[in-house]
Amino acid sequence: AHEFRSASSDSEDTELRFVTCQSLWSQIKSETEQIQEDLNKQLLDNLVSFLSRSHSDFQEKTTEWTCRMKFREIPTAALVLGVNVTDHDLTFRGLSDVLQDNITPYVALLEAKDCPGIKNLMQKLMGQLMNCDIDVDSLEDEDCVQVSQNRIRCSMSSLISWYESVTKKIDSETPSKKRNSSSRHWQSPPVVVIFKDMESFTTKVLQDFIVISSQHIHELPLVLIFGIATSPMIIHRLLPHSVSSLLCIELFQSLSCKEHLSTIIDKLLLTSQFPFKLGGKVLQVLINIFLYHDFSVQNFIKGFQLCIVEHFYSQPLSVLCCHLVDIKKRVYSLSHDQCENIRRLPSFRRYVEKQESGKQIELLTNDSFLKEETEKLLEDLHVYHENYVSILRCLHVFTSSLPKYPLGKQIRELHCACLENRVWETEEYESSLQLARMLNKTDLVTMLQQCVEILMSSSGKEFDRAVEKLKEFLTQFQNLEGASQERDVSISPHKELQKKTDLYHLQKTLLELKESRRSKKLTKFEMLRFEVVDYIDSLVRRYLVPADDRTLHEIVYFNAAAVLRGHLNAAPRTALHTALNNPHWYLKNQALKCDGGGISNKAPDICIVYKLHLECGRLINLVDWLEAFSTVVMAAEEPNANAASSDQVDDIIHARFIRAVSELELLGFIKPSKQKTDHVARLTWGGC
Amino acid sequence: MPNLEHPAYPAADLLHLESLVPCRESQVSTLLSIFGERQQFSFPSIFIYGHTSSGKTYVMQSLLTTLQLPHVFVNCVEYFTSRLLLEEILIQLQSCSSGAEPSSPVHCDTLNDFVRLFKQAVASQELQDQTLYIVLDRAEQLREMEANILPAFLRLQELTDRNVTVVLLSEIVWELFRPSVGCFEPFTMYFPDYSIGKLIFSSAFQGLYNTLSEDVQKFIPGLSAALNFAKYCEPVVRGEANERDTRKLWKNIEPHLKKAMQTVYLREISSSQWERLQHDGGEPGQLKGLSAHTHVELPYYSKFLLIAAYLASYNPVRTDKRFFLKHHGKIRKTNFMKKHEKTSNHLLGPKPFPLDRLLAILYSIVDNRVAPTANIFSQITSLVTLQLLSMVGQNDQLDGPRYKCTVSLDFIRAIAR
Repeated sequence: AHEFRSASSDSEDTELRFVTCQSLWSQIKSETEQIQEDLNKQLLDNLVSFLSRSHSDFQEKTTEWTCRMKFREIPTAALVLGVNVTDHDLTFRGLSDVLQDNITPYVALLEAKDCPGIKNLMQKLMGQLMNCDIDVDSLEDEDCVQVSQNRIRCSMSSLISWYESVTKKIDSETPSKKRNSSSRHWQSPPVVVIFKDMESFTTKVLQDFIVISSQHIHELPLVLIFGIATSPMIIHRLLPHSVSSLLCIELFQSLSCKEHLSTIIDKLLLTSQFPFKLGGKVLQVLINIFLYHDFSVQNFIKGFQLCIVEHFYSQPLSVLCCHLVDIKKRVYSLSHDQCENIRRLPSFRRYVEKQESGKQIELLTNDSFLKEETEKLLEDLHVYHENYVSILRCLHVFTSSLPKYPLGKQIRELHCACLENRVWETEEYESSLQLARMLNKTDLVTMLQQCVEILMSSSGKEFDRAVEKLKEFLTQFQNLEGASQERDVSISPHKELQKKTDLYHLQKTLLELKESRRSKKLTKFEMLRFEVVDYIDSLVRRYLVPADDRTLHEIVYFNAAAVLRGHLNAAPRTALHTALNNPHWYLKNQALKCDGGGISNKAPDICIVYKLHLECGRLINLVDWLEAFSTVVMAAEEPNANAASSDQVDDIIHARFIRAVSELELLGFIKPSKQKTDHVARLTWGGC
Repeated sequence: MPNLEHPAYPAADLLHLESLVPCRESQVSTLLSIFGERQQFSFPSIFIYGHTSSGKTYVMQSLLTTLQLPHVFVNCVEYFTSRLLLEEILIQLQSCSSGAEPSSPVHCDTLNDFVRLFKQAVASQELQDQTLYIVLDRAEQLREMEANILPAFLRLQELTDRNVTVVLLSEIVWELFRPSVGCFEPFTMYFPDYSIGKLIFSSAFQGLYNTLSEDVQKFIPGLSAALNFAKYCEPVVRGEANERDTRKLWKNIEPHLKKAMQTVYLREISSSQWERLQHDGGEPGQLKGLSAHTHVELPYYSKFLLIAAYLASYNPVRTDKRFFLKHHGKIRKTNFMKKHEKTSNHLLGPKPFPLDRLLAILYSIVDNRVAPTANIFSQITSLVTLQLLSMVGQNDQLDGPRYKCTVSLDFIRAIAR
C-alpha cells in the first residue's frame, strides 16, 4: 500500500486501485487454491486409504503368523511428485492437514537439511510429534515438563513410552470425548513420518532410521511417506537390499505438472470471470519460464500475481479493471487527469481517428461524453471476452484433432497465437483449415456436437444464431446418410457399363470420366464440409480478433513483457558485465559514455581493471595488469609526466589498482592462484 | 538323543531350546560350556560373527530367555551415541529383575559413571551370584563411538569386578575391530551360513512356524518364502506328499517362488500388493513395479543441462573443440592416442568438470541463444539436489564449482529423445 501511495499522485485513484488489486488477487488466490485442492484430491484419497489399511492389523492385534511376518515391514508410501520441487510444499501441507483430520494427529514432516545425522533426525521427529501432542490435549502442564525432560533422551524407547502414554490417555478420557476422538482417529493411530525430499537425505541416516524403527514396529505403528522428485528407482539407489526389504512400499503418483498448468490456465485465464487479462507476450514469457526452466505451477501463479500488481501499479487507468457491475460507478467518478489518461491511450487515439469530426471534438474535449463512450467501450470489451473464450474453445476442438497440430495441441498455444496477431492471417491457420476440409464425417459430426455444447454453455447472447446454424449442419449431415446410399446405387450401373465396352470405348469413357471429374461437382458431403469450415472460419474472423486491436485494451491487458522478464528471469552475470563494461548504463553519467572498445580513464577503477582482464587468458600476470592499468589512468592526465616516471608506478595508482583487484576477487571473477607466483586465475570466460 | 547337555540346567529347558534353534546345536553347546554354571565366572567377552541372517541374534536371544539367564540386550544401531547406549543398558538392568520398581531417569555420560552405576545396580538386585550377560548386537557400530568404549566393554568384568560377560554380535571379523593401541582379546566364535538342505529339512520336519519364521525370513530376506509358505504346505495338507519329501515339495513351490523372487524380492511391488494379487489369482504383470516408472520429466533447459553435463563428464576436454565448434580445423590422426584412452570412458565413470565448460557445451547444443539467467543457474543447483548431478570438491560457489554427472547412458538416451 505504501508504494502505491507514494509512487503515484492522488488524482489517479491509487487507493482504489490498491483495493481493487487486493480483492482481485484474493479472489484469484482462493480460486487457485480450490483448483489445486480438487486436483490433489484423488492422490490424497488414495493415500488416506493406504494409510488406514496399513495398520489395520495393528488394530485387530492379530497373532496370525503371516501377519506377524508382514509386521516386520514398515508400510511405506512412495510419493512421486515430479521435479517441480517448489510445488511440493503445498502438496505436503495439504497432505498433513488431511491426515490430521482423518487418520492421525501424529504427523511429522522431515526435511533433509534438518537431518544431517540420525541424532538430529530423532530430535526433530520427537520434537514435532510431542508438540502436536500438546496441541491435542492442551490442558496439561505436565506434558510440557515431560517434553523438556524427554528431549534429553532422544531414542526410540522414549518415543515408544510417549506413544503408549498418549494412547492410554485417550483411552482413559471421558466416554463422550473418547467417542469424539475415535470417530476421527482410531484408538491407536499410526505415526506418520513424511520425508519431504528423499533424494537429499544421506543414505546412512535413512538406513539407520529404517532399521531402528523396524525393530519397534510392534510397539509403534509407524508409516513412512517418501516424497520423491525423480523416479522411484532412487529408493533402490539409496537403500541397500537388506534395508529396503524392511519396507512395504506402495507407489503413488501425483498429477503431472503440465496437466496441472493446463487446468490452471483453463480456469484462470480462459474465463471471463476475472477482469484482468494477460497479453500474449506476457503469457508467453510465463509459459516459457514454466516449460524451459522450472515446471513449477507455484512460480507460474507467483508470476501471474506479479503481473497483477505491476499492472495496477503502473497503469493509472487500471482502476477501471473491475467487474462489469462496478464499471459505471467508477467511470463516472473519474477525474479530469484520468480522462486525459484515457485520451492518451494509443488504442483510444486510433478509435478517435476513425470517428467523424464532430464526435472527435466531443471525445477530446467533453469529459462526460468521454465517460459515456468509455463505459460503452468497456462493456463491448467485456462482451468480446465472453465470445472470445467460447469461440476459442470451439476452434480448439477443431485444431486439436488435426494431424501434426499446426496450431498446437494445447489450448494455451492457440490462445497465445490468437492474442499475438490475427490468427487467420497466419500460415498455420491456413494449413489447419485445409486439413479440416479433409476430415471425415464422424469426426466432423462429433466436433460440431462439442462446439454446440460449448456455445450453449457460454453466457454470450450472440451465439443463438451460431448454435442454430451448427445444429442445422448437424441435421444436414444426418440427411446426407440416406442420400449417399442412393448415390452408391446409382454409380454401380455406370461401372457395369464400363466392363462391357471394348478398348476404344473404354478409352473414350475414361477420358470422359476424367473430364467429368475435373468439372464434376463436389459431392453433397464435400459441399457441406466446405460450408462448415467456412462458417467456422467466419466465426473465427469475427470473434477471435487479437486484443490489441480492441479499443481500451490497455486497461485490462497487461503487456509489459520486458518488465516481467526482467523481474522473473534475471540475468545476474549479464547485468554485472554490463555494469562493469559499460558503466554509463547504470550510472547515467555523460562523461562515461564511450564508444565501443576503448577504455575511458574516467570510468571507476574496477571497470578499467575488469576491461583489462577481459583481454587476458586463464592466468593473469599482476605486474602486467598493473602496468596496463597505470597506462590507462595516466593516459589523459599528463602525457609528459608519464614518460618521466615510466617504470616507477605511483603509489596512489598502485593502491587504487590493488583495491580494484580485490573488488573483482570479491565479485568472483578472479582468485589467487598457486600455479604461478604473481598470477591470479580467471574464473569466467568470454564476455559474460 | 539330546545334543545339548549341561548339568547346570534342567533337561526340559534344554530340549525346548534345541527345538528352537535348528541347525545351531553345536554353537549353542559351545556357548553353554563357556557360560558354565550360573554362578561361575565366564569368559569376560565373547565375540560372535557370521554372515547376515545366520541366526546370531536369534540364537542368543532364545538361549538367554529359555534358560532364564539374567541379560541385557542392546542394538547398537538404535542407541547411536555412547551415552544412549550406556543409559539403555542401565535402564534395562534396573527393570531386569526388580520389575515394577519406578526407575528414576538415569544420567550416565562417561564410562566412569557407567562402571559406578553398574556396580550399584548389580549390588541392589542380588545378581552377584549369577553371571550377567550384556549382548551388544551390531557391535560394529561401537567402533564409531569414543575410542574407550570398545576396550572397556571387552574387559568390563575386570573393571567392575562383577560377574558379567559381554557378548558382541557382528557381521564382520574381529580383525577389523582391533584398535591400534591393543586391547583384551575376546573369545571369537563363527556362525557358518545355513545350508539350504538343512534348512528345508529341519523346517519341514519340525513344521514349526515359529522357528521357520525367523530362519526363512532371514534366509530369504524378502517375504516371498513366508508368503509362499502356505503354498508350500499345500501338498502336505492335501496328503499328496510326505513331510520329508523335500524334493517334491520344492518342485511344487519352485515356479511360484520364482515369480515372487522377481517381484517382491526386488521390492518391485510390496508384499501386501502381492498378497492381494495372490488372493485374486491375478498376474503380477498387472501391477507396474517401481522400476517401470523410470522416466523423469524435466524442463526443457534442464534436459539440455543434463545432456551437456553428461557430455562434459564422459568426453575428454580436448575433444570439445572437435565436437562443438563448427570450424575446428583438421582432425589429427588417432594413432597418437595413448593406449589407456582406448578403454571406454563409460567404464571409467564420470569425470568432474567446471561450471564454465558445462555452460559452454550447453550454449553449443541448444539451437537458439540461451541467456545465462538466474533460472539456469538455479536449475543446475536443483539438478544437484535431485542427485542427477553431484558437486565435487569444496562447496564454495565463488571458487569455480566442479560437478559430475551421475546418471546413466540409458537415462540420457530417454531424456534426449
